[in-house]
Amino acid sequence: MKEDKHYLLPDFSKTGKVGCRLPELDVPAAELPPQEFRRQELSLPEVSEVELVRYFTSLSRRNYGVDTGFYPLGSCTMKYNPKWHEDIAHLTGFQDIHPCQPADSVPGAMKLMYELQALLAEISGMAAAGLSPMAGAQGELAGLLMVRAYHQSRGEKRRHKILVPDSAHGTNPATTSMCGFTVETLPSGGDGNLDLKSLDRMMNAEVAALTLTMPTTLGLFDPNIAEISAIVHDRGGLLIGDGANLNSLLGRVKFGDLGFDCVQLNLHKTFSTPHGGGGPGSGPVCVKSNLAEFLPAPVIASGKRGYYFATPSKSIGRLGAAHGNFGVMVKAYAYIRSLGAAGLTEVSANAVLNANYLKEKLKPYYRLPCDRTCMHEVVFSGARQKAKGVSALDIAKRLIDYGFHPPTIYFPLVVAEAIMIEPTETESKETLDAFIKAMIEIAAEAAKDPELLHSAPHITPVRRLDEVGAARKPDLRWKM
Amino acid sequence: MPSPYIPNTDRDRAAMLQDIGASSVDELFRDVPAKFRDARFNLPPALTELELGEELRGLSRQNASLDDYACFLGAGHYHHFFPALVGHMVGRSEFYTAYTPYQPEVSQGILQAIYEYQSLVCQLTGMYISNAGMYDGGSAAAEAALMAGRITGRKEVAVLSTVNPAYREVIGTYVSGQDITVHALASGFREIPDNCACLIVQQPNFFGYLEDVTGYARLAHDAGALFIVIFDPISLGLLSPPGDYGADIAVAEGQPLGNPLSFGGPGLGIFTCRQEHLRQMPGRLVGRTTDVEGRPGYVLTMATREQHIRRERATSNICTNEALVALAATVYLAALGKSGMHRVAELCYHKAHYAAEAIKKLKGYSLASESPFFKEFVIRCPVPPKEINQMLLKKKIIGGLDVSHLVDNGMLLCVTEMNSRQEIDRLVSLLRTL
Repeated sequence: MKEDKHYLLPDFSKTGKVGCRLPELDVPAAELPPQEFRRQELSLPEVSEVELVRYFTSLSRRNYGVDTGFYPLGSCTMKYNPKWHEDIAHLTGFQDIHPCQPADSVPGAMKLMYELQALLAEISGMAAAGLSPMAGAQGELAGLLMVRAYHQSRGEKRRHKILVPDSAHGTNPATTSMCGFTVETLPSGGDGNLDLKSLDRMMNAEVAALTLTMPTTLGLFDPNIAEISAIVHDRGGLLIGDGANLNSLLGRVKFGDLGFDCVQLNLHKTFSTPHGGGGPGSGPVCVKSNLAEFLPAPVIASGKRGYYFATPSKSIGRLGAAHGNFGVMVKAYAYIRSLGAAGLTEVSANAVLNANYLKEKLKPYYRLPCDRTCMHEVVFSGARQKAKGVSALDIAKRLIDYGFHPPTIYFPLVVAEAIMIEPTETESKETLDAFIKAMIEIAAEAAKDPELLHSAPHITPVRRLDEVGAARKPDLRWKM
Repeated sequence: MPSPYIPNTDRDRAAMLQDIGASSVDELFRDVPAKFRDARFNLPPALTELELGEELRGLSRQNASLDDYACFLGAGHYHHFFPALVGHMVGRSEFYTAYTPYQPEVSQGILQAIYEYQSLVCQLTGMYISNAGMYDGGSAAAEAALMAGRITGRKEVAVLSTVNPAYREVIGTYVSGQDITVHALASGFREIPDNCACLIVQQPNFFGYLEDVTGYARLAHDAGALFIVIFDPISLGLLSPPGDYGADIAVAEGQPLGNPLSFGGPGLGIFTCRQEHLRQMPGRLVGRTTDVEGRPGYVLTMATREQHIRRERATSNICTNEALVALAATVYLAALGKSGMHRVAELCYHKAHYAAEAIKKLKGYSLASESPFFKEFVIRCPVPPKEINQMLLKKKIIGGLDVSHLVDNGMLLCVTEMNSRQEIDRLVSLLRTL
């Protein structure tokens, strides 16, 4: 296929082509439903199998994944996804089972989910876990609905506010609104820690909970965590964790010990299940015993006759039609079993080591807003380059020319021109050194030849795209 | 032995620590108060690929897989055929090891695939626009109810009682945070309560039967409510699409389009709406645009609806689109095409009717309704369905869903193209023995 002509599925379509064959009807035909229920016409492309395979293969070649190269996207934990775990999830006994099958016909699947609940509770230092949230943001939703149900069950109806740090992921405030709470934004101090004075002032009897990412989105561990927990709890609030950054604490620190009442984990980040280009993920919630009876349904229980699905006594209810993203759970379970406790400790050790190595090597060249030991990721600012007219976006795009996926940029919002780099533990020193070399060269280019960065990337199938035009005149589909 | 997933060697680590100026890795955790460091973890020992494989294969073999069992179970998740190319395309690791395509220049593959997905779903449903996907059908229905609330400013929703009970529960969970009241309406109601943001109807309904969707659309619109339809994508090879009968929002479980059952997840929430409601839509959208040299390309667009930009004023907190599952649906719809989608729907329809005709002739069995149905229907059994299912399981058949709490001795059966005539005949003859 020539690169200069742009093809979409209708361009391959020709009457009479088929992409797959289906058997003939082997029973007598029944009378069709009344005309009013029947479709008049269906217009879909008609394309052969070979053309489809070439088309989708060509698309895959225009996509960058962890298997393609270094993917230091901060906050996203783009670690390597072990191949064997993919194969395990595709075993027919896991892949080809129906969610409504009687539990006693799928004891292996039930056991795996039951054990995964226990493993996640142990890793997070919590009393119980619910696996049904299908993504991190849905785990957050479960967490805040539990907060609401918890306070209501105690007759505390005044608590309608949630404290959300200004450095939080966008999902935190968005979830707060979905659950009918009001967002109160908590400022960070200059050192990247939560401002304790503000917390002390704002934490009152109208506040239901503080949602906190730990380590914070600045990649820092807040040493005041015990004080934070005490202020929140002493005044009747709950401490809700966003577990997005668990990779740095794995096998060392338990959220439960830190004072969290609830934390959602992202199996697709910490537990190495692939991100799929934007899902599927899985976002189990782990809770202390005070919230266990509010967990979303279903949870897996064990009784005399084996494992079964149960609904906790004051459950917030179902979040999806089935039991959560089982296919993702299988891979995460396999990951935990293949690493064991010592393996998990090695993960956090190398994740934190790699991030600090990048921090030390790059801090002469890029502004480091919080110059202290970081955890699994480091947040630089492109402010120095911005003064010369080169933005964080330009730096990110130029990295593509060097063969790397860009880091996260413009997040967290509290850092101007933020460049958030998360190397993960699955990268070698050689890869980090190559990345460091590229970043240093880019810093030099930014000073010498800003235009080279403004016009980057140069080697991709398309260059910078008109995003403003895309939003102003939305073209969201073809028609045929 | 070192982990195959951690390439640093001891020498690498020593060199890196030296450059950092730390004496040990533990020193890097100095910000964690000492009392929280070094927690103890009670976890099973590490296993190699070989050992783990043995154990997990053993676990998987304990499950009655549909590879081995005939299946007459549906109720929202369906056993359908999908051609081999679907798995091969989804298995391209450039797709599955990528993140959300926030950097479009290196993500044109998945972006263009999502644009194809949005287009194919619109062609199938007759709706104006599809988003890039949501978690599953249940949460898509719940987000649709919230969206209707935003559009109409109303705090009540009406749901027909023939909607999948699990979906009704999910809707209840999602709206509970915003103090929205849910009314369950029995079939044949004449009027929608005042101030309802929407009427939610499932077509075919949970029991497999076809609803008078045109009539319900009129009732909803007369009351100033949005008409929300939950549909079965496979049925649209034969049945009228929601865009033809006045749906304002149409949602579905997309699993049947090329995805294995996987014990119910991951699934795919198909979410479509009319043009005028585009800006209230939750979830991700891909749009076509051009690059600086005028070449066509694709980007995530209209992100000002989304949480990472709009934060507490976003249309939803959703931050994923089940992209890989949507990719499978894209390849599936492209592979089946016009004739394939029509054929699958017809196979399901005729086989289900063949089974229903045969079962209703059996002594002690009857059909719960004579209404038109698609691929699912409810039978009344002479004994509790649970007993029948236990018997069938011993004969390597997974029977229908026990709905005896809703219909006396009722069993909801589902027949698809996966059920050969021989299988159906075997089911019928086993039912006869009771």
